[in-house]
Amino acid sequence: MTPKSLLARATAVPGVAYLLVALIVAFSILGPGFASAPNLRNIGVQSSILLLLALPMTFIIMSEGLDLSMGAVLGLAGVTLASLLAGGVALAPAAVAASGVGLVFGVINGLLVVRLGIPPFVSTLGTLGVAQGAALVATDGQSVVGIGPTLPSLYASAWMGLPFSVLVAVAVYLIFHAVLYKTRFGTYVFAIGGNRESLTLAGVHTDLYHIGIYALGGLMAGVAALLLTGRMNAGHPTAALGMEFDAIAAVIVGGTSFERGNGWLPGTLLGVLTVGVLRNGLNVVAVSSSLQVASIGALVIVALVIDSVRTSWRERT
Amino acid sequence: MSTAAAQMARRRVLSGELAGFMYRVAGVVLVCVGLSLATDAFLTVSNLLNVLRQASLIFLVASGVTLVVLTAGLDLSVGANVGLSACLAAAAIKSGAVELGIVTGLASGTGIGLLNGLMVTRLRVPPFIATYGMLWVVHGITYWYMDGQTIYDFPERFRALGSGYLLGVPIPVYLMTACLAAGGVFTRYTIWGHQIYAIGANPEAARLSGVPVRMRLNLVYTLSGAMAGLASIVYLARLNSAEADIGEPLMLPAIAAILIGGTSLFGGIGSLSGTLVGAILLTLVLNGMNLLTVGANWQPLVTGVIVLLAVWIDVATRRRAGG
Repeated sequence: MTPKSLLARATAVPGVAYLLVALIVAFSILGPGFASAPNLRNIGVQSSILLLLALPMTFIIMSEGLDLSMGAVLGLAGVTLASLLAGGVALAPAAVAASGVGLVFGVINGLLVVRLGIPPFVSTLGTLGVAQGAALVATDGQSVVGIGPTLPSLYASAWMGLPFSVLVAVAVYLIFHAVLYKTRFGTYVFAIGGNRESLTLAGVHTDLYHIGIYALGGLMAGVAALLLTGRMNAGHPTAALGMEFDAIAAVIVGGTSFERGNGWLPGTLLGVLTVGVLRNGLNVVAVSSSLQVASIGALVIVALVIDSVRTSWRERT
Repeated sequence: MSTAAAQMARRRVLSGELAGFMYRVAGVVLVCVGLSLATDAFLTVSNLLNVLRQASLIFLVASGVTLVVLTAGLDLSVGANVGLSACLAAAAIKSGAVELGIVTGLASGTGIGLLNGLMVTRLRVPPFIATYGMLWVVHGITYWYMDGQTIYDFPERFRALGSGYLLGVPIPVYLMTACLAAGGVFTRYTIWGHQIYAIGANPEAARLSGVPVRMRLNLVYTLSGAMAGLASIVYLARLNSAEADIGEPLMLPAIAAILIGGTSLFGGIGSLSGTLVGAILLTLVLNGMNLLTVGANWQPLVTGVIVLLAVWIDVATRRRAGG
């Protein structure tokens, strides 16, 4: 084995894996409580909501798009859910309504981007304002409390030692993985980012699938509202603002590219864990939550630099 | 022959741009008439001056971003930039002199803008991702730095920058006029200004005809940051207090003003005077909502709808023109 091929092998491992391992090692040394079982379980719980957003965000970014409205839509869906529960509606219909709110916003995003041709970052910025405004107007800026015991106790339940939210996240990941790699829809997701024109020429209803990608993003924001509302025991109109940034960061750190329709779903899982480990580890070593936000931005830049260095290495060898 | 054709094409483009500008001015007049009929509180000198003052603040933030949008980029970090710059300036004023505060605010704004430019030109990060990431980095630093505190009560001569009058006109309006004049000359009559339009219209063609694309892009992002720094000073002087969330409500209105003003997101088309009209139109709507006692909670919703409508018109016009 020549040194050259060793280097080639080392660069074939995605940058995010190095980052994740480095962070885990660093925090295990710096923070005594970090590597304990309860804390690791904590990371899983904290990452589960993020994963629900990051999976559809991967599809969206693969299609050369972006969804800035996810956090605001999550907030609106959460407020809807909490209001219905507080009004005495049963959990199942309330959950369907919340997911419906998410789905509607997702479809609107899709229509704006695909049918009207509005650049995604601006159309979803507009729907961000609309969703945030609707949540504020509906609640007058206040938290919706008194949601009853059903959802919080479901959230607190566990199966074989795994918390409810982690189970949901695992199930959703498996579904997304199967959809991306085993179904026609998944193939089209790759093709829409890679070569939309030829997909349309091949007779595929590209627009429909493209809108479907955004609809999925809205729907998952609605589903994530279930977990967030269960965790907070209330619906707050602005609690989830900015959560889409963590999701976008996780996707980029996970190696999905904006430009070539290149996506890698296990990378997004690693990216979500990296963001989760970073936030949790900084918490353990007592760094304030506002600096955590800043460091996630720094993490994205580090990931981008690592990837550009790896690309230039690979081109050299 | 070909010059005649080019001249005609140029005249057609110019008359189209002029028509668009006149439509927007007509929109401003219509909103004004509607509001005067709806409420007595609208058509008073003090309210109209207030609208102008508010519009000049939005214009200051939006003018730098307009240059970025002309290159087919976007700066989503301006709201957060105003926030951090205002907080740093506030702390500097408290610790020393007013002049130190002004320099601090301008330097912080410009520095953030330069970092945006470097990310876009050196790391080749798409502009909306680079500036969106910067938004959250700056946001985090601001909240960490302020730690829930409010810095307030500044010297009278500093506050005059935001709330003072000269010959009966608010001082921010003078700043706005100066920036509009300087920016107008820069974009219309200098080579660098033309190069900015050229980059937005076709970056590859601009590069091949010798435009230093990276340097000009760095310039527009830095200018966008510098204008956010200037706006932060005026905003701070007007509010007379700084909190971590001070700049957050500015990003969406700034982008709305640019889009209403007819600057195309796809680059190469638009003007600073359009952005001014957009800022005034948006302020009139928000001011009218205020006078008609529609709650502040409605503002993001209305601004969001306005953004979507404005960008839809942009896209539809381009499509009809065969662009």
